[in-house]
Amino acid sequence: MKLDDFIDNTGQWLKGTGDHANIVMSSRIRLARNLDLRPFPNRAKKKELEEILTMVKEAMDKTDFFKKSIFFKITELDQIDKQFLIERHLMSHEHATNPEGKALIVSEEEVISVMINEEDHLRIQVMQSGFDLEETWQIANSIDDGLSKLLEFAYAPRWGYLTSCPTNTGTAMRGSVMLHLPALVMTKQINKILNAISKLNFASRGFYGEGTQASGNIYQISNQVSLGHSEQDVLQNISGLIRQVIEQEEQARQALLLQNKPMLEDKIFRSSGILKNAHIISSQETVELLSMIRLGIDLNIIKNVERKDINELFIMIQPAHLQKIEGKKLNATERDTRRASLIREKIGGE
Amino acid sequence: MQCDICGKRKATVHLTEIVDEQMSEMHLCEQCARQKSMKMEQQFGLADLLSGLADFSKHVKTDVKEVLKCEHCGMDYEDFRKFGRLGCSGCYESFQAHLTTLLKKIHGSNHHLGKSPQKVPPATKKKIKDFHNLKDQLEQAIQVEDFEKAARLRDQIREMEKKGKK
Repeated sequence: MKLDDFIDNTGQWLKGTGDHANIVMSSRIRLARNLDLRPFPNRAKKKELEEILTMVKEAMDKTDFFKKSIFFKITELDQIDKQFLIERHLMSHEHATNPEGKALIVSEEEVISVMINEEDHLRIQVMQSGFDLEETWQIANSIDDGLSKLLEFAYAPRWGYLTSCPTNTGTAMRGSVMLHLPALVMTKQINKILNAISKLNFASRGFYGEGTQASGNIYQISNQVSLGHSEQDVLQNISGLIRQVIEQEEQARQALLLQNKPMLEDKIFRSSGILKNAHIISSQETVELLSMIRLGIDLNIIKNVERKDINELFIMIQPAHLQKIEGKKLNATERDTRRASLIREKIGGE
Repeated sequence: MQCDICGKRKATVHLTEIVDEQMSEMHLCEQCARQKSMKMEQQFGLADLLSGLADFSKHVKTDVKEVLKCEHCGMDYEDFRKFGRLGCSGCYESFQAHLTTLLKKIHGSNHHLGKSPQKVPPATKKKIKDFHNLKDQLEQAIQVEDFEKAARLRDQIREMEKKGKK
């Protein structure tokens, strides 16, 4: 398997299957781990980073989890490839800058990915379609157990797993759920809900990662606290919160249908009309319209498009993806044209 | 009394904080106190916010000029305050006093309750379990107001913490 094989497929987490897949796009667990007493990546010298990388890679090769994986050294990737992996939610911007001594491992179907020498020596990510933090955690947990038999992880009984940034100390776990909440946005309830979420010590951010505005009505909600609660407790708390958000979104959808179905249908079909006919389109406009179509599919208003195709488009309409598909560099105008034609191919436009 | 920051003007603002039975104090002149609160408001980045938190927990006993360095990686505490990132897992031991307060501020707790690695020797695992048992008992004792028992348990816990720094 090589990087270019990714282009024809997208990750399992975009399949649009699993619990509450109409509202929940994906569930994700991320664990940070470090090797005991080795300098953290921000402080390690090139040689030390290489040593850490070798140790981690050797341990991974001994486990069963990474048998069908692909391994990249970040220094060996060009700019578009790096951007491509960031757009797929497989690695961070931080990992792409200062690539020295850093690596990425991605499993088949992109369920498991591990960044080596990002902020911590290991950042293990498990991401799946639908609402199932418990099962996602089980996978992450068994990878961690497997690796911790082979590597000596930095750990103190009192403080748990020791990480580069003290905001991760303890379980060093973030659980997050990606939600599509168009009805809460349209009924102007979203800010009230996001405020409540932050008061409960959870973080919310946009689809395209840290510091991004929510676009396409997609929000990621994750825990902030990692010390003082067990992994199970934290996951139960997030799950409880997410269930409430799902319920609110369902109610808002029903309210929209009841109060003004023609307006809603008009908005959805117009969005579909633009996407099927546009020949030049920006990514910002695209995601807003895709969100409406996704809602249309959930409410059975749009029938001949699959949720999976829309989920995938959210990823594929990004700049590096368009350039990988086209196999060459494209400027902004060329990308807007290619984006429009890709969408028409996918959802059956003119 | 002189201001802790400028060392020139008279300190008129006094901050006292008790976290985890550790008292920290700051004495500031009005001008520095105002600057400090303005600085806190301007800080948006996580690293800045952290260093801001770390900044406030200056311990009474620590000599301001003494450089606190990690014996494992050589990182000094000033660098951590600036960048908000530690140098290695050994830093946790080296900066223990400061981090105890900081972690409590960030997480509202400074005791791990999650999983532990497979490679921890069984003896250590048992110790961890005993430790948490003692903490539970302490809480119960406080609830039923059996302070004699609570004091005994507290001493036992302290003893364990001292021994099991790592």
